[in-house]
Amino acid sequence: MPGSKPMNPAAKQDITLVIAGGGGAGALTAGELLLKAAARRGYFGLMTRAVGPQIRGGESAALLRISRAPVAAHRDMFDVLFAIDWTNYARFTGEIALAPGARVFAGADDMPQEVAAARPLPEHFDFRALLARDERPNMFTLGFLAALIGIEADIVAAVIAERFAHLGREVRARNIRAAATGAAQAARFDPLLRPPAARAPQERWLISGNQAAALGALAAGVRFAAAYPITPSSDLTEWLGPRIEALGGQLVQAEDELASINMLIGASFGGVPALSATSGPGLALMMEGIGLAVMTETPLVVIDVQRAGPSTGIPTRSEQTDLEIALYGLHGEAPHLVLAPMSVPDCLFTTAWAVELAERLQTPAIVLSEQRIGQMNMILDAPALPDMTAQRKLAQPAGDDPCLRYAATADHVAPMAIPGTAGGMHTPTGLEHDARGRPSSQPADHLAQLRRRQEKLAAFDYGDHWAHMEGEGAMALIGWGGAAAPVLEAARQCRAMGVEVRTIIPRLLAPAQPDRMAAALAGVERVLVVENSHSGQFLRYLRAHYDLPGEVRSLRHAGPAGIAAGEVRAAIADLLHIDDLKQPEAVS
Amino acid sequence: MTEIIKPADYKSDLKPVWCPGCGDFGVLAAVTRAFAALELEKHQTAVISGIGCSSRLPAYLDTYGYHGVHGRALPVATGLKLARPDLTVVVTGGDGDMYSIGAGHFIHACRRDVNMTLLVMDNRVYGMTKGQPSPTTGPEVTHPMSTADVRARPFNALATALVAGAGFVARGFSGDPDGLARIITEAIRHPGFAVVEILSPCVVYRPEQKQWKHQVRRDALIPAADLNAALELAMNGDEMATGILWREKRERQAPTPPTARTDVAAIAEAFRV
Repeated sequence: MPGSKPMNPAAKQDITLVIAGGGGAGALTAGELLLKAAARRGYFGLMTRAVGPQIRGGESAALLRISRAPVAAHRDMFDVLFAIDWTNYARFTGEIALAPGARVFAGADDMPQEVAAARPLPEHFDFRALLARDERPNMFTLGFLAALIGIEADIVAAVIAERFAHLGREVRARNIRAAATGAAQAARFDPLLRPPAARAPQERWLISGNQAAALGALAAGVRFAAAYPITPSSDLTEWLGPRIEALGGQLVQAEDELASINMLIGASFGGVPALSATSGPGLALMMEGIGLAVMTETPLVVIDVQRAGPSTGIPTRSEQTDLEIALYGLHGEAPHLVLAPMSVPDCLFTTAWAVELAERLQTPAIVLSEQRIGQMNMILDAPALPDMTAQRKLAQPAGDDPCLRYAATADHVAPMAIPGTAGGMHTPTGLEHDARGRPSSQPADHLAQLRRRQEKLAAFDYGDHWAHMEGEGAMALIGWGGAAAPVLEAARQCRAMGVEVRTIIPRLLAPAQPDRMAAALAGVERVLVVENSHSGQFLRYLRAHYDLPGEVRSLRHAGPAGIAAGEVRAAIADLLHIDDLKQPEAVS
Repeated sequence: MTEIIKPADYKSDLKPVWCPGCGDFGVLAAVTRAFAALELEKHQTAVISGIGCSSRLPAYLDTYGYHGVHGRALPVATGLKLARPDLTVVVTGGDGDMYSIGAGHFIHACRRDVNMTLLVMDNRVYGMTKGQPSPTTGPEVTHPMSTADVRARPFNALATALVAGAGFVARGFSGDPDGLARIITEAIRHPGFAVVEILSPCVVYRPEQKQWKHQVRRDALIPAADLNAALELAMNGDEMATGILWREKRERQAPTPPTARTDVAAIAEAFRV
């Protein structure tokens, strides 16, 4: 190999790779198929995507980590870059950090100066010489990288055949040929990673966060959905459509988000658990409807797959900046549920839990996912389906007086008569009302209903699911959602170096759980709050609802790059004055 | 022995908040007469509304109802009817609710053709907020709410409904509860989305509408032979003529209730590597 020290694959647990290209070059397809082939080969791994908003002619990159052990996040830097072409690659330079000694392969030699300076020297493939005119460079890339990590040709051929099954034999054969050409070129190089001894056992899944969220909703009993297309939630809705229909439910493409949220209200009033998925701009439009669901005590779930804002912002890139609108965006005093999944597999659990809580407590739930998690594809050990199901307190025609729709009860949740229940006729209203649901402007009725709507959420025992916690020690790391992965990774690295830290990842953001947080923070002297926000929305939330002990620091920045585990570790090093923790990728 | 269902059986014990002389009383009477004529079961009937004087109507009925936010009654009703095709779903609202803040939903409800009935009580004014111009107010009316030099033309609801695809389009008058009840009965029987525009005077902010009872031409509309003829009447015909303007002749299968063909565990199998 020219000018390079061979990698020692036996020493490496995992490898991080970037496949980049102009929009339409097929970088994402190559990445998806590489991940699937890696899963079949017995690897764990994950893939995220970095794309511009254009459909064609923009830029796109598949970011992969392929590992012999389970992984939940990227490492801070990438070991391998394969640029199918260099179209607009410069737009990624703030986002994709190449490790010292990273290998660079490319299908064109017009590489940007900062990449051209890499050591070892980039390796250039002349696709025009290597491939027939109708063979695609992204398939060459797939075959090349698969071979370098020990994935056999039969696995690569199988994932290609499955992916292009609808395009006919000729296309499949041509793509398999291009991949084989790539694999043949790989023989000139040392392997990058040694594959596991055994091929994948059957109990592994390859799933995205958006798919996991939709599956969790179905498992918990959602059978009605309405949504308006919006990036980055549309793939959730599109996955959901045929599946909810096969389960006897329905999905409606609404004319706007105002319609979707109100369709959910109608379906849920009819007794059918209902869900919508959107992103920040859509959530903003839904706010009045969510308030109506609070007032009429109509259960529903809205998943917000967050993107960078405000306004149209950066539609294809992640951020954690809808926290405050989700918590505080409703007018009036409108207690509701806000939950956040912390990983791809947790999307399955948290969405199912949100459905269960919304139905049980007769209130809307906002699930704050984010592009980083929603559009991350991950190989994981097959999870059990959540055993949560929608259990709504229904009025029994023979027993309760079903007309007392908003009456005081021991758990503050009143039985609901759904249409079709004889004797239960009533008209829920967005007007303040009395215990029978009749409009009322009496201060006493207002106070009684305000109290009941708040108490039914405050008095409920949410159990241990409220947060994910690991470790001990006087140093606490608090993060949420997509910031959980770098926090947990940094904490593990610290522990491996003998530094005890504890991590607290709240999954239930509203209602706040002050007693549980106080117990979780007992003995803590230093707190590091980690979030993907410019202004520190999560820090403000924590300060508003919890007593944070001792020295409190915030590690935060906005935008697509997110937070790296190395940054978290460096911040811990500063707080604890332990310089050794600052070594780059000290433990990988 | 079958019990005879009377219109009064459909009334709740709530006293309407409407002003004396309000047209909406006549609409309420017509709705209960239509429900009685159809012998609707009260617990199988749902009346959905938004905000405004007319949207108070569901609370005065002893059926299921839902009084939501301004402009969004049609989406609530759409979600309910799709989730529960066994129910009879009726939507009530006003000209502000349906032609202004909810105008987008009006068009898409016509397109979507879910089997439910829309009753729009048009008084050409915002009554509940005390007299501002509505989408059906003529350009000659001035009001301090709008000082910009614009002269908006009145919204033509019937023509819009026809163009957007509604299969049943009619006009009624609140001062003719029996005639209106017959129209509403036919609208509910129509197997698809039905629009009934109802002239319903606001005697407080539009006292001249007291004269409507002399101006309305009852039953002057008969179903047009084809859509073009219906559109011609909607565009150029007498806007005080009542009756059924358009009734699309079609065979419509009752929708088959959705049924499950698989279970969640089988769906999850697809994620296996």
